[in-house]
Amino acid sequence: MPADRLLQRRVPRWPAATLLCLWSLLCMASGSLRGTGDLGVVIGRADGSLTVIETTHRTALGRIDGLGDLSHASVVFSRDERYAYVFGRDGGLSKVDLLRRRVEKRIVQAGNSIGGAISQDGRVIAVSNYEPGGVRLFDAASLDPVAEIPARSGEGGKRSRVVGLVDAPGDRFVFSLFDAGEIWLAEAGDPGQPVITRFPGIGRQPYDGLITPDGRYYIAGLFGEDGLALLDLWHPEAGVRRILDHYGRGEQALPVYKMPHLEGWARAGDYLFIPAVGHHSVLVVDPHEWKEVTRIALHGQPVFAMARPDGRQVWVNFAFPDNDTVQVIDVDRLEVVRELKPGRAVLHMEFTPRGEQVWVSARDDDRVVVYDTATFGELARLPVPKPSGIFLTARAHRIGL
Amino acid sequence: MFPILLILLLPVALQAAAAPMPEGRQARLTELLLEDCGACHGRTLRGGLGPALTARALEGRDPETLFLTIRDGRPGTAMPPWGPYLKEEEIRWLVEQLQRGAIHAR
Ligand code: HEC
Repeated sequence: MPADRLLQRRVPRWPAATLLCLWSLLCMASGSLRGTGDLGVVIGRADGSLTVIETTHRTALGRIDGLGDLSHASVVFSRDERYAYVFGRDGGLSKVDLLRRRVEKRIVQAGNSIGGAISQDGRVIAVSNYEPGGVRLFDAASLDPVAEIPARSGEGGKRSRVVGLVDAPGDRFVFSLFDAGEIWLAEAGDPGQPVITRFPGIGRQPYDGLITPDGRYYIAGLFGEDGLALLDLWHPEAGVRRILDHYGRGEQALPVYKMPHLEGWARAGDYLFIPAVGHHSVLVVDPHEWKEVTRIALHGQPVFAMARPDGRQVWVNFAFPDNDTVQVIDVDRLEVVRELKPGRAVLHMEFTPRGEQVWVSARDDDRVVVYDTATFGELARLPVPKPSGIFLTARAHRIGL
Repeated sequence: MFPILLILLLPVALQAAAAPMPEGRQARLTELLLEDCGACHGRTLRGGLGPALTARALEGRDPETLFLTIRDGRPGTAMPPWGPYLKEEEIRWLVEQLQRGAIHAR
C-alpha cells in the first residue's frame, strides 16, 4: 500500500495534525523555521553549483552541487517559492528544495538545452531544447515527461532550435524557432495534448523572446534582420506583425559578441527599453504605437536592460569587451545617470521584489555585489565562483518569469 | 665547438618558431574560450547557437580556414570577428588547442 494512502486511512479526520507533524519534523531537520520570500539562487557556471542566498541580511545560506553544466542556466520557481527548477545547458532539469538545500530530483531530458518556463497553474514545466530541437513538457511535481513538441518545420521537417520560451496566461507557452523563423503558441490546458498554433515567416533568426509583464504581448528579437516580431496574445488570430524594422537601417551594425537577452525588457514608466542588437544603445519604445521614442547612447552593446520594479531606473550590462561596466538610466530624464564597475565580466542583475537592492554577478572576479539602488552604495559583496544568473523567488509570481 | 653550440641552441630556436604562449596568457585565452566563446558554442564546446568545437567536430578541418573564421568571423551568421581582440598567434594557438582537444571545461 502506498505510504500516502496509509496516512490517509490512519488519520482521516486530522489532516492539519499530519501537516503539523511533518512541519515540526522539517523544523527539526533544518534547525529553524523560515519563509522563502527573501531567498534566491546564484548559478555557479564553472562547477555546476547553486548558491542559495537571502536578501534580508544579504548572505549566502549554502551551496548545492551536482547540477551538471550550468553555463547558460536559468531558473523558475514553484508557486510556493520553495522549489527551484534549474535548466542546464546539458539538457539537465533539476528540482531543488531551497529550504533543505538539496536536489530533489534531476533528469537529463535532452542533449543541449537553453531555458524553461512554468505554467500559470504551476503544474507543468516546459523546457526548450537546441538538440533535439523542440519543447518538452514535464509534471512539476515528479518531473515525469508529459508531452513532446518537436519543432519541425519546412520541407523535410527539419527540427529547429528553440529559444525565447515563456509562459502566458491561460496555461499557454510561447516560443520561437531560431532556425525556421517561426513563433509557436502551445495551449497546455491538457498538458498531455498540447494544441499548437504556428506563426511562420516572422523574420530571420529570432534569438530570444519576452512577454510583457501583463502577459499580453510576446515579442521576439531578430538577429538575422532588423526589427522585432510582435504577437498580441489577446488576438492571436491577427497574426504576428513586424515592429521597429527600421532601427538599424543606415547604420553599420557592429559584430555581436554576446546575444542580448530580452527577459529584462520590462516596461518602465510609459516605455519599453529594448537592447539594440549590434549597436551601443537601447531603444525606448512606446508600447501603444510600437514606435521608437528615442534611443539612449551607451557604453557598449547592451545584454540585459532590466527595469527596477518601480520603473524609475533601468540597469544595463554589456557584451564583451565592455562587460566590466553597468550603467543606470533614469527613466524620467531618459539619460544615463550612473556608471558602476562591479567587476570583470558582469553577466546578470536581479532586483529585490520592491527594488531597493540589486544583485550583480561579476564572473571573472568570482563575486556577487549588492548595491543600494537609491544611493548606488555597495551593500555587500559575496564570493561565488564564476557566478552567472541570479534568480530570486519573487519570480514565482510574475508572468513570463 | 661550433656544432655543439648549434645543438645547444637548437631547442631554443625550435621553441621560438612555435612561439610558446606565456602561461598567464594561456590561462586567459583558455578562460576566454570556455566563457566567451562558450557563450555561443557551449562551455563544454559541444555546441549551442554556434556549432560544436570539440576535437572530434573539428577533425580533419583545415586549420587555416578555422583561423580565418575566428579572425574575421562569418558575415551573415552570428560568428563575430575576434581579430580586433586577439593576436594572430593567439588565434593559431586556440585553433591548435581546439583541434587537439586540449582545452576542457573543468
Ligand atoms: C555570438 C555567438 C558566437 C560567439 C561569441 C563565438 N562564436 Fe564561433 N560561431 C558562431 C556561429 C553561429 C558559428 C557558425 C557560423 C556558420 O553558420 O557558418 C560559429 C563558427 C565558429 C567556427 C567554425 C566551426 C566550423 O565547424 O566551421 C569556429 C572555429 C568558431 N566559431 C570559433 C569561435 C571561437 C574560438 C570563439 C571565441 C573566441 C567564438 N567562436 C565565439 C557563433 C559564435
